[in-house]
Amino acid sequence: MTSADVKQLVWGAILLALAACVPLVANGYWMSIALTIAMFTVLSTSWALFSGPTHYISLATAAFFGVGGFLVGTGMSDYNVDYWTMVVIASLAGTVLAFLVGLATLRLSGVYFVIFTLGLAEMIRTLVSWIQNNFTGSRGLYVLTDLGEVDIYLHLVLVAAFVYLAGWWIARSRLGFAMRIIGNDETVARHVGINTAFSKVILFTFSGFVASLVGALIAPRYTYIEPNGVFSPELSFIVVIMALLGGTGRLWGPIVGVIPFALLQEYINANYSNYSTLVLGIAFLVIVYFLPQGVLGRLEQLWAKRRQSTW
Amino acid sequence: MDILITGLLLGGTYALIAFGLNLQYGVARIMNLANGEMIVLGALAAFWIFIADAISPILTMLIVAPLSFFGNWLIYRFLLRPLVRRAKNQGQLEVDSILATFGMAFALVGVMVSIHGEYFTYSYLAEPFEILGETFALNRIVAFCFAVLIGAALWLWLYFTRAGMAVRAVSVSTEASGLVGINVPQLSAIAFALGGAVTTMGGTLISTFITLDASVGVVFTMKALIIIIMGGVGDIRGAIVAALILGLVETAVARLIDPGLTLAAAYAIFVLILLFRPQGLFGRKPS
Repeated sequence: MTSADVKQLVWGAILLALAACVPLVANGYWMSIALTIAMFTVLSTSWALFSGPTHYISLATAAFFGVGGFLVGTGMSDYNVDYWTMVVIASLAGTVLAFLVGLATLRLSGVYFVIFTLGLAEMIRTLVSWIQNNFTGSRGLYVLTDLGEVDIYLHLVLVAAFVYLAGWWIARSRLGFAMRIIGNDETVARHVGINTAFSKVILFTFSGFVASLVGALIAPRYTYIEPNGVFSPELSFIVVIMALLGGTGRLWGPIVGVIPFALLQEYINANYSNYSTLVLGIAFLVIVYFLPQGVLGRLEQLWAKRRQSTW
Repeated sequence: MDILITGLLLGGTYALIAFGLNLQYGVARIMNLANGEMIVLGALAAFWIFIADAISPILTMLIVAPLSFFGNWLIYRFLLRPLVRRAKNQGQLEVDSILATFGMAFALVGVMVSIHGEYFTYSYLAEPFEILGETFALNRIVAFCFAVLIGAALWLWLYFTRAGMAVRAVSVSTEASGLVGINVPQLSAIAFALGGAVTTMGGTLISTFITLDASVGVVFTMKALIIIIMGGVGDIRGAIVAALILGLVETAVARLIDPGLTLAAAYAIFVLILLFRPQGLFGRKPS
């Protein structure tokens, strides 16, 4: 470990500790926004761990998130299992699902992968609704715990710390090195002896695990779990927008997109709720045409230019 | 028997939509994920004109087709062409066009919701019609006939005219067709616009027998993509067979098991294809 590495770790720890202090100053309204930001920070950072280097646009976040939330709901309402046991089971189930999806799709070209992940949440949702309608009978799932928003927020900050640490470690490991080569040229990567499929599946599984864990941890916030809500495909798109808006080139890139976009969404939903879809569309177009490397990438370009001109 | 014919009728319209997307992806190399929204636009136009002036959706197609052609040409020329130029390789273009067309899809949904937020309900030719002693809805049959007609016209154009041959050449190899003097950018724009127009007409036809709403487009995008992957990209014969299979399976599942499971069934086919024949039903394995 070089001193730069240690410095990064220390800075990360300080910032996370500050984030954990937010509940001390925030009131109810801002606490709920902070919770949303924490949730999307974890989701888009783990999304970028896989999709950043590989350029595979995964839209499966909602599927894993939904599996997490839904299993917690089912376990607690239908089988009276303890909340924390269900969190473990749900995130394991999400991990296994992500592993299987990765195995089936990651050997194939980018488009197939996008389409497959796009429909995954929708398919699981229709299957779950069908099973509920025909076999189990109960449609309302309650997640009743004594966890408040502050508790959930702290859990998510803890998960964020874990994701950042994992990302920090991956960037310095053989796996991260392999991912960068795959991102630059997959054929080259194969020829120098990298097991491309294996590396991709591992990282995809990791992001699936995190998404289902977040889905399980956030479930107490909603109290009432409905398949149509937790499997909403919009979530996947928002995660993609936030990560790309910030920039996926760096580990802390996504959070640069998460905070402004979460605030923007909050504002739009409160004042112009009819236009939220339109805003999503415009955000995508702005990213593609004006910020292809994200806000961070653009800033880095400007920075490099300035340094060149002063020299 | 009932399932067989209803499924085939549905598959006919699906085939037309997949034809449109095939032109866009196979020739212009743009994976257009706003494809479903084009369908919904066609449906919205049919609904709107029918409610306002009671004009038949079949006639609406005559207005919709040129408008959609022009609109899609503008989209390609001013939004997608810059991406084609910017892209260093096919993978880069793919990612960019996926994101850009997703953006368009969302923006279109947003606009359509503000125009008409509810279901596009109208009733056109909802009369019984008898084939082989069983009754079917007349609108499904009419839609199928027009889908076949449009598809056949397009096929004739592609295989028996000079312009059609140039389009096929571009779909085989962009570089080589440029070398033999084909204006590739112009032809790509035309193929993209034509694909969009065909898709919109398909949407107008579908709206006569399925009630759509502004946000349903993404389901149709998925179906069109499943058909194309099943049939093999650029393979028209494969797409037709795949569309008929999808129509049949969906109808069978809806009738025999549960209408809520049609999407899951389409998906099951998709997974099987991805796992066992990723090159398409009739495609050859890449060497």
